[in-house]
Amino acid sequence: MNNENIIEVSGLSHSYDDLRAVDNISFRVKKGEIFSFLGPNGAGKSTAINVLITLLPLQKGEVFIAGHNLSSSPKYVRDSIGIVFQEITLDRDMTVRETLEFHGNLYSMGRDEIGSRIEELLGLVELSDKKDILTKNLSGGMKRRLEIARGLMTRPKVLFLDEPTIGLDPQTRRKTWDYLRMVNDEGTTIFLTTHYMDEADILSDWISIIDHGRIIASGTPEDLKNSLGEDIICLETADTELAKTAIINYDGIKSITESGEGLVIMTDRDGAQILPEIISGLNRDEITISSVNLKKPSMDDVFMHYTGKELRD
Amino acid sequence: MKMGFLNVYKRDMTRFFRFKHQLFSSLLQPALWLGFFGMAMAGNFDRILSSTGTAVPAGVMSVDYLTFMCAGVIAATILFTNIYGGFILLFDKNWGILREIIASPMPRRDLITGIAMSGITKSWIQSLIVILFGLLLGVSFFSGKGPLEILISFAGIFIFIALFAMAFICISAFIALKMDSPEGFQGISTLLTMPLFFVSNALYPATGLPPVLQQVAMINPLTHLTAGIRYFAIGDNFSAIGMQFVYTPGEILISLLYLAFFAGIMFLLAWRTVDKVVIT
Repeated sequence: MNNENIIEVSGLSHSYDDLRAVDNISFRVKKGEIFSFLGPNGAGKSTAINVLITLLPLQKGEVFIAGHNLSSSPKYVRDSIGIVFQEITLDRDMTVRETLEFHGNLYSMGRDEIGSRIEELLGLVELSDKKDILTKNLSGGMKRRLEIARGLMTRPKVLFLDEPTIGLDPQTRRKTWDYLRMVNDEGTTIFLTTHYMDEADILSDWISIIDHGRIIASGTPEDLKNSLGEDIICLETADTELAKTAIINYDGIKSITESGEGLVIMTDRDGAQILPEIISGLNRDEITISSVNLKKPSMDDVFMHYTGKELRD
Repeated sequence: MKMGFLNVYKRDMTRFFRFKHQLFSSLLQPALWLGFFGMAMAGNFDRILSSTGTAVPAGVMSVDYLTFMCAGVIAATILFTNIYGGFILLFDKNWGILREIIASPMPRRDLITGIAMSGITKSWIQSLIVILFGLLLGVSFFSGKGPLEILISFAGIFIFIALFAMAFICISAFIALKMDSPEGFQGISTLLTMPLFFVSNALYPATGLPPVLQQVAMINPLTHLTAGIRYFAIGDNFSAIGMQFVYTPGEILISLLYLAFFAGIMFLLAWRTVDKVVIT
């Protein structure tokens, strides 16, 4: 096991009866980074994360987390990780403080340590004044923050979060990202799953795109976007076929794909320079242009490119 | 702290005392039952018995129906408390808290141990209240006993209660882990309590039951719990509802061992189940 890698997974597969939810995936997470599994619902993200956090048995493959072999020493893995589940998992009838105390005791933390850690974390997630409030009286965003604090109680080496901002309003989502970044800055490695492009894009140091149980692309958000080319031009014309043959040999065009009503052109040099050439060329050939759009590749485009489809919901 | 069950125990007890309405009703209900049903039945039995003029053998203490039944009410209260006591696990399963627990390094058997401990504690509190309320109503428990003997009697009663409570909270935990809905849990638990409660000696001597049911009553843990409570609270030789009851120390020991064995098996069942449960 490489010291730089806090998680190493090779050949991980998981099936429910006949359904293969995770299909032979391998990846590694570097110490200190924010790693995202990006994929649509049903892609296998939750199954993969549930195997890593020991809620599902390891059926096939090899997993090392924080230097511990998942199959031979799951207890040590449990000791080294923190978890924030997809759904809210709080006892509605316990207070914020009791929730964290209970958690600390589950991990055999000392009493004094629990006390000081609670102060510290509630300060971090700005819940210090809610210590004695029952969790059912917290707002959705506060519940999430409490869960993040809970996940951090034991100073885990890796914090796992399954869809951390699902169901939160845009403002609370941004706030949650800020907290996660803060946590990460303090040295905790973060592993998250998400189906939000913006979340993966903004937060991650490394993204693995997963679909149908397989990792189909990996890289930094920048690399993934750059791999599509410099710019993307979306073009709608009266005759898609003609337009395609007319511009296919232009300098700087990386690829042209037909998509819906028109063409998606990926360029490998500045699109703003290519676009006028394309327009004048099409005018010369008397092909009517009905709409044109130039943009930088986004995570959505990356996802579209690799999966060939829009993100399912 | 390596004793994770204390954490589970503490949480369950905190919840027990937190819901004042629930706490109040769970403590008052058995007392009211004893008060209304017990008094009414006692009145009727005493009227019938006085008209038939059943003689009590010489030297045998005679107790009224209320006293006879009070032991059964305690036993039934403990049955109800514990057969529904595992609900916390279903609650935790549905609210996701069980995932937090299962994914933690705490050994899973601590979950069962902790819940069993809180079931026992709640049962002790309830039985104490029923006994005190019963004494107020005129139940003649511990008659002719000195302070030390009363203390020993309480110890005996509490040991019987602890074993029985542990057995049934483990059964309840098992049901909760197997069920997905509160309705299913409620249904199965209620289905279990009916025969347990009525095919026993809690409210009446089991000798009044048809022969087959008498056999069933013999293996019913509730019968053994009630016998234990009567032995320690009333005595080893007394007469009630026109019948003489004799409990030898040997019989009581067998009841105790039977309950201990039963509790052990149920604990293993619950432990095995929680060890295998997969919650995602």
